[in-house]
Amino acid sequence: MVGKIETKRLNAYFGDVHAIKDVDLSIPSNKITAIIGPSGCGKSTLIRCMNRMHEVVRGTRVTGKVIIDGRDIYAPGTDSVLVRRKVGMVFQKPNPFPTMNIYDNVVAGLRLNGERDWKILDATAERSLKLAALWDEVKDHLDASGVSISGGQQQRLCIARALAVEPEVLLLDEPCSALDPIATAKIEDLLFDLKRSYTLVIVTHNMQQAARIADYTAFMYLGELVEFGETTKIFENPEKELTEKYITGRFG
Amino acid sequence: MRSYKARKFKNQLASLLAFGCVLLALIPLVSILIEVIVRGLPAIDWNFLTNRTMSSGNPESGIGNAIVGSVLLVGWACLIGLPLGILTGIYVSEYGNNWIGNSMRFFNDVLASFPSIVVGLFAYSLLVTVVGFSLISGAFALAIIMIPIVANTTEEALKMVPNSLREASLALGVPRWRTVIKVIISNGRAGLVTGALLSIARIAGETAPLLLTSFGNPFWSTGLFNPVAALPLTIFRNAMSPYADLQQQAWGAALVLIVMVLSLNVIVRLLTRSRFKNRTKAVNRKWLAKSRPSV
Repeated sequence: MVGKIETKRLNAYFGDVHAIKDVDLSIPSNKITAIIGPSGCGKSTLIRCMNRMHEVVRGTRVTGKVIIDGRDIYAPGTDSVLVRRKVGMVFQKPNPFPTMNIYDNVVAGLRLNGERDWKILDATAERSLKLAALWDEVKDHLDASGVSISGGQQQRLCIARALAVEPEVLLLDEPCSALDPIATAKIEDLLFDLKRSYTLVIVTHNMQQAARIADYTAFMYLGELVEFGETTKIFENPEKELTEKYITGRFG
Repeated sequence: MRSYKARKFKNQLASLLAFGCVLLALIPLVSILIEVIVRGLPAIDWNFLTNRTMSSGNPESGIGNAIVGSVLLVGWACLIGLPLGILTGIYVSEYGNNWIGNSMRFFNDVLASFPSIVVGLFAYSLLVTVVGFSLISGAFALAIIMIPIVANTTEEALKMVPNSLREASLALGVPRWRTVIKVIISNGRAGLVTGALLSIARIAGETAPLLLTSFGNPFWSTGLFNPVAALPLTIFRNAMSPYADLQQQAWGAALVLIVMVLSLNVIVRLLTRSRFKNRTKAVNRKWLAKSRPSV
């Protein structure tokens, strides 16, 4: 089976630091794929390679291929801006635009790309906020500042903002690490609903979270992909000893 | 271990010393202000603010033309210097992670530390020799002084904008230049305005470069290619004159200049204080209006 996203011998560097080493991964369409592993193992870097956000930092380099829908996003002449419209991203810390209100935050992607039609913007705002399960909580104060709501709401606002540009893939970089368990549960429910229409890749430190929501799980260690497979298999019957050690907490 | 009392004593001594230094540093500031107010205030009346400069012995003499001249000089300098300075700052902050940016940062610092008289000489040899003493050559000299200040404050202001906002915008598929214009500048706006106002306050009091460029003019003059009066020049010339009434007018002009610069500084303070206030724009459309509770 060909995945929605295929990485082929993917390597990523920060200056001289080799952060991702020859990763071959096939991420299936319309599923949640979790990437787990200890801090600094390259999880975030791996997903930042999938929408070309890795190259935003100075001194970084990528070799190998990331093929999305059969096209290598690192092929010469590929526009990183177009890649990012197709592959959205939600960051670890909620980062709504502080100078914009809730409504403007949701439609920021559209408006910053030149969309002016109010009907389209209004419809997109409502649809995205409903998708992000935030509509009922904010519909009465859409003109409040994007940073005036709670952290969990801000993170769902960021998800709504990412969904508003209608991506096909949503990358989530530890989206719940700054949130309490209730807000985390809401986001997890949301991700579960979203996988019907989107391919989701989530980086998480929380192994219970991976076990709860992911269909597939990848375990990374020191920049290498150690094991990848269905979540149940990774957690119940891992092939590699390293995976088992990490998952059972007997590490190092 | 030293005794508790000795430590306590040293602490008090140190804070007393620091406080004493603050008082010492305040003496010049306060005494200048008092001196200028005491000597300058009697010179100021309506005629003084609205009439042009006249010769000694004429009670109708004023500084109206100098105020207008200063405003014109600063205005034209802003027109030239602000876009250049702000765009330089944006480049260095957002695109300057390379040798061009580093060398621009260096040359900016060099330019900022240039003596203003040298800038005046430069403007003299470049413009005055061609078009003569004029408003435009004065504004050009002031703009050159302004550019490095504005570039530096712009760079600092934009560096304060958290990286997470840049990434948020880029990850939405927004091109880099639009991210800079719509997200980064809008978030660093207060800092940009502060830098611009501070640079205006700085150039409003510059005298040396104007001596070599705009020269001064006792008459009303607004033409770009004519010599033009300016408050610092009026202060300089009148203070140097042997006549008591002209010296009195120099104090009056000094007070006017100080009030203008101080009020700019106060505006800067007020702006920076409200930097972190929410500036939510009310979205004023039908269904949003409907959704708000009607009182």
